[in-house]
Amino acid sequence: MTHHAALLLLADGRLPAGGYAHSGGFEPTARLRGLRNAAALEDFLEGRVTTAGFVAASFAAAACAAASAGDTERLGELDPELDARMPSPAMREVSRALGRQLLRVADSIHPHPLFALLDTQPHQPLVFGVAAASFELSPHDAALAVLHEAITGPAAAAVKVLSLDPFAVHSALARLTGLLDDLAQDAATHALDAPNQLPADASPLLDIAAEHHRRWDVRLFAS
Amino acid sequence: MSARASLATAYVTDRTGRAVSRVHGLRSEAPLVLRPTFPKSLEPLTRRATNVARVSLTSGAAGPLGGDDFVLEVRVGRGSTLVLNEVSSTLLLPGARGGVSQMRITITVEEYATLVWLPEPVIAAEHCNHVHDIDVALETSSRFLMRDELQLGRHREPPGNFTQRIRVRRTGRPLFHQHLTIGPATRGWRSSAVGGSHKALGTVLVVDPDWSEKPVPTHILADSATLFPLAGPAVLISALADDSLAIRRLLDRGVAWLGDPWASTAATAESA
Repeated sequence: MTHHAALLLLADGRLPAGGYAHSGGFEPTARLRGLRNAAALEDFLEGRVTTAGFVAASFAAAACAAASAGDTERLGELDPELDARMPSPAMREVSRALGRQLLRVADSIHPHPLFALLDTQPHQPLVFGVAAASFELSPHDAALAVLHEAITGPAAAAVKVLSLDPFAVHSALARLTGLLDDLAQDAATHALDAPNQLPADASPLLDIAAEHHRRWDVRLFAS
Repeated sequence: MSARASLATAYVTDRTGRAVSRVHGLRSEAPLVLRPTFPKSLEPLTRRATNVARVSLTSGAAGPLGGDDFVLEVRVGRGSTLVLNEVSSTLLLPGARGGVSQMRITITVEEYATLVWLPEPVIAAEHCNHVHDIDVALETSSRFLMRDELQLGRHREPPGNFTQRIRVRRTGRPLFHQHLTIGPATRGWRSSAVGGSHKALGTVLVVDPDWSEKPVPTHILADSATLFPLAGPAVLISALADDSLAIRRLLDRGVAWLGDPWASTAATAESA
């Protein structure tokens, strides 16, 4: 049986896990690179989801598979591997802050012994993976939820940052659904890879924008 | 064409009783030619040092071209210091019969050893199809500097397909792991989140065990260049710009900002 309802619950932006406070690098990128419209947002989202989003999705799939198999050692190896793939300290901190918030929510709305496998400051994709496993979702489901979040978070932020038309923003999201399906399928094929073989696609401009953003006095979003 | 070159250094005492880094096991295979050399320009870290081994990599033929498979192995022995540089930049070209060209570089830096690796820019020409693999194994006390510069196509030319995989381990644990994929076969690489419209990009990775206790803070160099402290005693300087000269300047400024012992006199003078 597939647990579609649980997947929708986890992927829902209304889940009180703090995602609404983050633009996923869109706010600093919009200012630094002069982004003005929905087409520029779509271009940003495409790059973000195929790199940082795909890496996060692959780690979520791997964490889901490891948690389902009760493999604590493997779950522990994923954490430093993800650190090594995130050069920006701001992005590492945000990932752990969002991970902690998601862990708190998931463990209280759906308590499960699997959550005890995570440490107290886990990266968000690893919590996503374990939460998916706690609902008996598949690594593919975990990957898809993370990819969905990787574009809907910045898209929602873009509506506020650039006062974009929500219809234009959502038509960009609609055009990216095929890409998301392809990436989720690809990420799921890595679920059983050795941790050092997991994807590591770089997004240099996103990393640089994250550090600029952290230094601004006035900003709408936390990242 | 396939070629395999290797090089190792050791810290030994010479006839006068002086401790020096000596190159041994220098093995070249055309077109990968390794030559002991003198300082090419001012170098990070080695200012006033007299016990440094220097080797240049020079290319005996064009390319790599599609179908080529090159392997370079470097081992910096316990306590020794090696500066490895390159005579000219590398132009990646398509092969006559297509196919992927590959360059695999394996580096081991043993305890108390130092490697300063300063290759020249890699230029990804139109229609090239290249995979560049760099695997680095460090120990707790190893010191390491690696520069890497990529130009996306020659003048007024779009690049071919290029994949670079860099993996750095320190005592077996992952320290830095990034794959960069650019070119027409890759979706989204021109995105404002990845490479934007920039024509060149580059990084310098520096690992210094002294930073275990005193981490380096983040330093912003430009709108498209930043120095990041990694999760470990290391920093990554990452820069994107319109040409490789601008990249070199940004990277040099980043290294200069690290101060002693990494800053070379050239970079310090330029940033002053």
